[in-house]
Amino acid sequence: MILNIIYAFLTVSVLGTLFGFGLAFASKKLAIKKDERVLAVEDALPSANCGACGFAGCAAYADAIVNAAADITLCAPGGATTQVAIAEIMGLEATGGDSVKMVARVHCFGNDETSKKDFSYDGILDCNAAAILFQGDKSCKYGCLALGSCITVCPVDAITKGEDGRINVDKEVCIGCEKCVTVCPTGVMKMIPYDADYFIACNSNDKGAAVKRACTVGCIGCKICERKFPEAGYTVKNFLSEIDYTIEPEGRDKAAEACPTSCIRIAD
Amino acid sequence: MRKISTFSKGGVHPADRKDLTCTKEIVRLPIPEIITVPFSQHLGVPAIPNVKKGDAVERGQKIGDAAGFISADIHSPVAGKVLEIKELFLPNGMKAKAAVIEVDQERSALTGKIENDWTQMDPQEMVAKVKDLGIVGMGGATFPANVKFTVPKGKKAEYVVINGVECEPYLTSDHRLMLEKGDKILQGSMMIAKMVDAKKIIIGIEKNKPDAMDNLERLIEQNSYPIEIQPLKLKYPQGDEKQLLKATIGKEIQSGTLPIDIGAVVSNVGSTFAVYEAITNDKPLIERVVTVSGGAIKNPGNFLVTIGTPIQTIIDACDGFSETPDKMIAGGPMMGFGFYDLQTPVMKGTSGVLALTKKESIKGEQSACISCGRCVQACPMGLQPTKLYKNIKKANYDTAMAMNLLDCKECGCCAFICPAKLPLVQSMRLGKRMSRKKK
Repeated sequence: MILNIIYAFLTVSVLGTLFGFGLAFASKKLAIKKDERVLAVEDALPSANCGACGFAGCAAYADAIVNAAADITLCAPGGATTQVAIAEIMGLEATGGDSVKMVARVHCFGNDETSKKDFSYDGILDCNAAAILFQGDKSCKYGCLALGSCITVCPVDAITKGEDGRINVDKEVCIGCEKCVTVCPTGVMKMIPYDADYFIACNSNDKGAAVKRACTVGCIGCKICERKFPEAGYTVKNFLSEIDYTIEPEGRDKAAEACPTSCIRIAD
Repeated sequence: MRKISTFSKGGVHPADRKDLTCTKEIVRLPIPEIITVPFSQHLGVPAIPNVKKGDAVERGQKIGDAAGFISADIHSPVAGKVLEIKELFLPNGMKAKAAVIEVDQERSALTGKIENDWTQMDPQEMVAKVKDLGIVGMGGATFPANVKFTVPKGKKAEYVVINGVECEPYLTSDHRLMLEKGDKILQGSMMIAKMVDAKKIIIGIEKNKPDAMDNLERLIEQNSYPIEIQPLKLKYPQGDEKQLLKATIGKEIQSGTLPIDIGAVVSNVGSTFAVYEAITNDKPLIERVVTVSGGAIKNPGNFLVTIGTPIQTIIDACDGFSETPDKMIAGGPMMGFGFYDLQTPVMKGTSGVLALTKKESIKGEQSACISCGRCVQACPMGLQPTKLYKNIKKANYDTAMAMNLLDCKECGCCAFICPAKLPLVQSMRLGKRMSRKKK
């Protein structure tokens, strides 16, 4: 009886040892040589697998950098730091690529209370599906449709829809991959610098009267910000104000207060 | 008469509701004071406006030039003055330029008749006329007719198939045309046969229009025209080229090819009538028959409407709404487009205007797909709407394209039959749009 147990124990031990040697041999002999640089580049990348570079994920991009000489400036979430790290591994010089961290933001402050709708839409709850019909149900054809296609594509869940029906991007979480910018049918999702103080919460190129008909919080292109605060970096193009973030502004907050439709808002 | 037939794959049987208007004679509507003529009334590239604000135009004057091979000329349906060129949304949801014209009623009145003898004309001359007068397919797709009637080198047209199916519920404009303009349609079909050099002419008509069939049959016998009538079983979407050809000549168009590849040219009854008028009377496509119907219309009917007339005007001609419509549709209920602005103009492809009540537009609660496969059974193109839907929902557009998403012609059979009330057609549109966007 006890002998049976010992035999079984011995048999399994001997087999285990044999297989162990076999596996050890195979792992050495049949190993696939992976370029160490690929592994190093992969480590340097942020592993967000967001796809902003155009490759299937960080591993695919690392492989492309090493083996297909892909451009090393494509990683949006990694930004300048990643570029420098990759350049070091590859023995290249880190050139180009702006070092300012950019984040996404919805340039529209309209919701059901402030903006008019032309008809009631009851199709698929996706912005691109809604945009097939008259570019959306809103009277304003530039605004946020708020059906959340950007929420679906965001790889890091930085985008949420508030109870007020507006879409918010958490700039602390946003990695700047621009996937939301690509998917947005109205182009209302735009990139601004991470440390931007203000932004224009409107995307409408309609003339003032048309904007007023459609919405109470849109930019009417009145040019008060541009004319009265010339140092603040506002320019009005196509009836829409734009902020120049590259200058040292003066009086940008005053302009925000003076804006008759309060569409210059703090980028918090 | 031939033996009754139909197509084999898929199809559904929606309630046809044609009784609302099929006995109503076509009434010519007076031209309104101001009309809006869009420059994109056809499939393909929009026409380029050649008039500007303040210009005086004549009735039938060309105001937009075709901008490419698949494009069509636009003519002013009235005499008057161009008030402005503006942008507006068309029922298909696209934005396009349009000329707003103030009508000079006196000069717009119908004048002297031109009567050309088409038997003396040669085919090239006829095709050129069709092109110059802006004729497009009037069944809904609005494909430029001259392109259809130009047989490419190396191909040969054997059949001309005239589409008198009108399988969309509610619509009766083609039905009324066959009753009231039967002889012109028959002559028009012989003109098409001459243009494409085809030997056989077949008119496909569904058997819910026995009076139209009898009328055409009688005219054919009286004049001994070389035309055959093919009675068809009721089934939607028999009015689509592919299904019609299968039902009438028994041949199938392969994916990505055209009717001419199997030796056929298809023309709708309305367009055939327009071809007749263009060739014999030199009349451009500036008016068409529109069915105005639906539960929310007080007195539904069929009207001969000047292109560019605001839909509000025709609704008024029907004594307005009997109740607030829940949904307005330009075209038929299966493939038409919803719209909301009653100032939207009637265009070359507007075969009907429907005002549906809440009960008719049946939205119903959406629920989850139970994989019952009824959409697969109903799809006349042999696609798998359920799988396409699931892939598109997950943004797998490439997979959907590999499953022949582009073969989907948005006929609506799948969405009609779906017990879970899923927005299948819209998801197909979304899938096509997104895969275009990606490239």
